[in-house]
Amino acid sequence: MGTEAAPVRRCVEVINAALHDAFERHEGVHLIGEDLLDPYGGAFQASKGLSTRWPDRVITTPISEASLVGIAAGMAIRGLRPIVEIMFGDFIALSLDQVVNGVSKFREMYDDQVTVPLVVRTPMGGRRGYGPTHSQSLEKMLVGVPNIRVVATSEIHDLHALVSACVDDDEPVFLIENKVMYGRPMRRPAGGRLDGFAVRETAGPYPALTLSGNDFGPAEATIVAYGGMVPLAMEAATRLIVEEELFCEVVALSSLLPMDLEPVLESVRRSGALITAEEGTLTLGVGAEIAARVQEAAFGELRAPVRRVAAGDGIIPSAPGLETDHLPGVDDLIGAVTTLAGAPGAVW
Amino acid sequence: MSLRGPGPAAIRPPGVVGYIPPVTWTPRPLPPVADLHRRMYGIRRFEETLLEMFSKGLLVGTTHTCIGQEADAVGVIDHLDPARDLVVSNHRCHGHFLAFTGDRLGLLAEVMGRTAGVSGGRGGSQHLCAPNFYTNGIQGSIVPLTTGMALAQKREGAGGIATVFIGDGTLGQGVVYECLNMASLWELPLLIVVEDNLYAQTTPRALAVAGSVPARAEAFGVAAELITTTDVRQIHAAAGRGVEHIRATGAPYLLGIETYRLAAHSKGDDTRDPAEIEGRREQDPLAVTASLLDPDERTRIESACEEDLARTVELAHAAPVAGVAA
Repeated sequence: MGTEAAPVRRCVEVINAALHDAFERHEGVHLIGEDLLDPYGGAFQASKGLSTRWPDRVITTPISEASLVGIAAGMAIRGLRPIVEIMFGDFIALSLDQVVNGVSKFREMYDDQVTVPLVVRTPMGGRRGYGPTHSQSLEKMLVGVPNIRVVATSEIHDLHALVSACVDDDEPVFLIENKVMYGRPMRRPAGGRLDGFAVRETAGPYPALTLSGNDFGPAEATIVAYGGMVPLAMEAATRLIVEEELFCEVVALSSLLPMDLEPVLESVRRSGALITAEEGTLTLGVGAEIAARVQEAAFGELRAPVRRVAAGDGIIPSAPGLETDHLPGVDDLIGAVTTLAGAPGAVW
Repeated sequence: MSLRGPGPAAIRPPGVVGYIPPVTWTPRPLPPVADLHRRMYGIRRFEETLLEMFSKGLLVGTTHTCIGQEADAVGVIDHLDPARDLVVSNHRCHGHFLAFTGDRLGLLAEVMGRTAGVSGGRGGSQHLCAPNFYTNGIQGSIVPLTTGMALAQKREGAGGIATVFIGDGTLGQGVVYECLNMASLWELPLLIVVEDNLYAQTTPRALAVAGSVPARAEAFGVAAELITTTDVRQIHAAAGRGVEHIRATGAPYLLGIETYRLAAHSKGDDTRDPAEIEGRREQDPLAVTASLLDPDERTRIESACEEDLARTVELAHAAPVAGVAA
């Protein structure tokens, strides 16, 4: 890992550069979705410049999400590598028949005679005041579908490598891009450290990062997070050190499906407690699945039940104050950790 | 260059809407009636064999036979080149599969859950896969799939076309119209064949389809033709016009065929008036071709088919069962 400071780039710029790179590397890469053409370049500008450089490989479409993922599946089965941009993650609901009854089934139900190497990129997440139908985190619906890959971006992942891995993958990949993240700088560990945390990163195309405030010494709890909850979990961990002298580890996942929880289990072996953090609604969320798996694999190492921090089971209100109240925040994470601090067997 | 569709040409992605030079192609002449009868009879007896096996408890699950609609599969698919064209079909797909691939054993083994099945026993009756042939049991979803495949074929530039078979019931799905729109905008080599057998399962067309089917396509600038016949010769001619249109212009086409299903929707679920079905037997596509054949020739064709089918059944029974039951 280099020690020279890399130039600061916003996450959306890194994703955009990775897409340009993917177009250069594979002739079969096509981008399909709404409002993709320059000078607009997609609603969040992640697709900027692509239609100018590859006018015949960027296909701007009518508002037809129910068909787009199916069209991409047809392209992928026939040898192309389509990338679908669904403008807001909320609109993926329109595509779900194609996901559930097509994309996820073709390879297996056709006895491995086909592969479906497509990527669906879509922004999820709130905190921008877009209201109930443009702010949701619906990835839990995808995580319940077998035979697809669901990947979440965060500002501390190598986004160029992550996008490239999705495009190179022969399985269908759903890439969940956090909206708030787009505008923030990508921050990568240097010399194994980031923001005062010691960082370990797993190998492979879809890595997890584990952050520790005390060089992986004894910890109060593990917070497992992904997407837009990663910086909030890091802030919570920092404040707990400063304000409460409590050390937590943060595990930032990128692969939500398949779910590889080895880094979480390893951290739980040090901390004995787990908090899951997600921006989607609580019931049957990603955290529920993580909790079930960790309790099955490491019940004896937990000194308290796994706690889930998530949005309430309701709509995401539009008004900024109401939205902030509704979505899980740093204080919710701190509250969850301090509650655990009183649990029997606490190290502090 | 065609400039159909809204907006100035300058802002449209030229590779997508651009014109791929048509390949040289002449419509296929009508094959001898004996040959058409042989293909249709093979499909009919295959489907009847499945129903017999179900009634004897030799098959589990379900099937949707195309008894009465064999002429659609044979008449349309005769124009397609299995090496470069592709077909996507629906739940009622056996006729299309047999007309395109001729692989009776692969299909029977699949329906019987044998490892020798075309999908290894994983797909079953309505989820078949073979080179350039795909089916799915979700109504409508196959139209976007085929549209994407047509786009890939256009990219490939080998002159292949993508054909999707749907029914009158599928016309209720919105994605059909999304794809008529996009296939027209992008000038994709897509042939949509609507086999209108007058019933969506039990629902008569009059309760589900408003207006005119070809007009629905024409509203999107897609050329269309509607024929009402079970005569394979007429279907062959109409399909030839559609395929020729696509090969010559690169643009999509919709062919509507008003036909009739002579058997139940699946195995025994038929709520139609038996008198209505009887009345339709005069237009049985096999009766049409049989009336044109020398009786001895017809017997020779049908006997040869029976022998082949009996061998196929034997081979499929002997094939290993997929899964734990093995």
